Amino acid sequence: MKELLKRAAKRKEATLVLLFALLCALVSLRAPSYLSGKNVNTIANDSALLVIASLGQFLVILIGGIDLSVASNIALVGMTMSLANVAFPGLPAALLLPGGSAMGAATGAFTGLLVAYGGLPPIIASLGTQCIYRGVVYLVLKGSWVTATKMSPGFLALPNTPILGVSSMVWIAALAAAAVIVFMRYTASGREVYAYGGNKTAALFAGVRSRKVEILAFVASGALAGLASVLWVSRYGVAQSETAAGFDLQTVAACVLGGVSMSGGSGAAIGVAIGALFFGAINNALTVVRLSPFYQMALQGFVILFAIVSNTLIDRRNQMKLAARRSV
Amino acid sequence: MSGPSLGPAADGALVDESRLIRADLSPGKRLAALALKWESLLFLIFVAMMAANSLLSPVFLDPANLLDATFNFTEKAIIALPMIFVILCGDMDISVASIISISSLFMGMSSASGAGTTAIVLVGLGVGLAAGLFNGLLITRLDIPAVAVTIGTMSLFRGVSNAVLGDQAYTRYPASFGELGQGYAVAGLVPWQLLVFAALAAAAALVLNRTVFGRYVYAIGNNKTAARFSGVPVQDVRLAVFAATGLLSGLAAVLLTSRIGSTRPDIASGWEMDVITSVVLGGVAITGGKGNVGGVIIATFLLGYLRFGMGVMNVPGKVMNIITGALLIVAILLPRAIETLRRRALLGGRA
Repeated sequence: MKELLKRAAKRKEATLVLLFALLCALVSLRAPSYLSGKNVNTIANDSALLVIASLGQFLVILIGGIDLSVASNIALVGMTMSLANVAFPGLPAALLLPGGSAMGAATGAFTGLLVAYGGLPPIIASLGTQCIYRGVVYLVLKGSWVTATKMSPGFLALPNTPILGVSSMVWIAALAAAAVIVFMRYTASGREVYAYGGNKTAALFAGVRSRKVEILAFVASGALAGLASVLWVSRYGVAQSETAAGFDLQTVAACVLGGVSMSGGSGAAIGVAIGALFFGAINNALTVVRLSPFYQMALQGFVILFAIVSNTLIDRRNQMKLAARRSV
Repeated sequence: MSGPSLGPAADGALVDESRLIRADLSPGKRLAALALKWESLLFLIFVAMMAANSLLSPVFLDPANLLDATFNFTEKAIIALPMIFVILCGDMDISVASIISISSLFMGMSSASGAGTTAIVLVGLGVGLAAGLFNGLLITRLDIPAVAVTIGTMSLFRGVSNAVLGDQAYTRYPASFGELGQGYAVAGLVPWQLLVFAALAAAAALVLNRTVFGRYVYAIGNNKTAARFSGVPVQDVRLAVFAATGLLSGLAAVLLTSRIGSTRPDIASGWEMDVITSVVLGGVAITGGKGNVGGVIIATFLLGYLRFGMGVMNVPGKVMNIITGALLIVAILLPRAIETLRRRALLGGRA
């Protein structure tokens, strides 16, 4: 038991949970309502979309890349699914969840193909598809909005239906997190993603197929962004060309906060989920302590840099300890 | 720290076979090799695009009009110059547009507190340089990937502008400050900006091709580890490159702020995309170590006049972005295809 605690304390996630608790304590000193049941529920609801999309970004960062097309994927798939709902209001709205994931998987696969077969670095490939996808949304909608008045009641209820006192959106995020955790820990493909991200040469010699892993990461990122997009447009009741603009950076922030290394190969899905919740809690704290929302972007940048620098320092210390032990 | 990468992206061999055997090529083959050169191809596309533009709009090919149109892209072209060095080193800087934002913010603040034109310009350049040094120090001293650092500072720098300005803007600048970005030289025809760009482009080409520093940049881009063991001060060179990128982003901020006469937090948003696209389209390998200034100059003019021509035809910005995005992808796919073809042609199908 003691050994287990010791091992847990060494993990980055443990530091994260401590920081999280510290934030909650500090904010509740200023605003006691912060930790009320109602506000905790709000935080969970507000973070659910970020949790889902960040889990996809996680896989791309693991292979040493970055997916800048997450937000425009949400805009494109969200628009398509809301238009589908407007065109066929009789269709059960829940069917749009797998529909959105499938479409997101396809748009993600396109970026993945550019990386795997075109030799484009992930950041460039996704920068390109980002512009294309968001441009397509603009072309289709011509600047107009798909609004809640046109969507069916079943579609709008999709994210907010309470199950055991918790909204369906939070349940979906929890299920997605569980699925990614299991996939990454217990399946061969999941381990291949870690192996490939950790050392590409070694992984190739061990029989990992690089193209498969690269496409897999982008398909996962696209599918989860697609899933999030359906919940996004139904929750906010609007789909337009600026939907989710700037959300890519938030998913990156959630990943680095969760202890994922930007050089690839290291990080845990559970950390990403906690990181996304943490990021949601920080944003919520801004409103609770009445700071202007204009501070959000600066804070996000600070959080990203802080997390990256501290991750790097922790990793370096661990490596030095390891090296010292080896040389003895 | 960057791990060895196998796979298609890294096959740029240290020895360029085509260069070794070029001497004993037949004239026909030599001509084919020149035609397949990326810069030649780019120039042909540029000519075709200009021809198409002037067919679609009869006023397009007027010299005064063409010179005036450069106002729309000179600032981006100026940032593209140091970005060549960044990408040659195998790095990436996606914070350049945010550096413009924070640099413009401080210029607005100093102007509001009564500073003169010289002081405002110095503040703009100084903030840009400081931002670039901040990026470079984090990247080289802590050995963090450049993308990771600049994605953070991209958010931080523009975030500071957002936090300070909110929905406000600085709009009061001295009249003489406004001249910097809007003025003309040479019989009132050539924009000052364009001359500044020309001088900087010449300097960049000189540094890259005729100095030890330039050779260091190529060495780092080809193989960081080998460069370090050969005595190249890898981290210092990269630091200098990021600092220069910050400084020239500051210069772009001076020219842009002067030209539009105001500072809003969303100034120059999305520019990093255009800058990186023109560098990559200009033939600089995204994996580093390969490319030159000439191609990038053609590419900035190509992209600039393409956007200008589309603007004349009332194409919305979002739709232009589709084309820029597609160009970015094609710009990497196409040279790879050409490279394969050229190797086959030169080595007689052996490769």
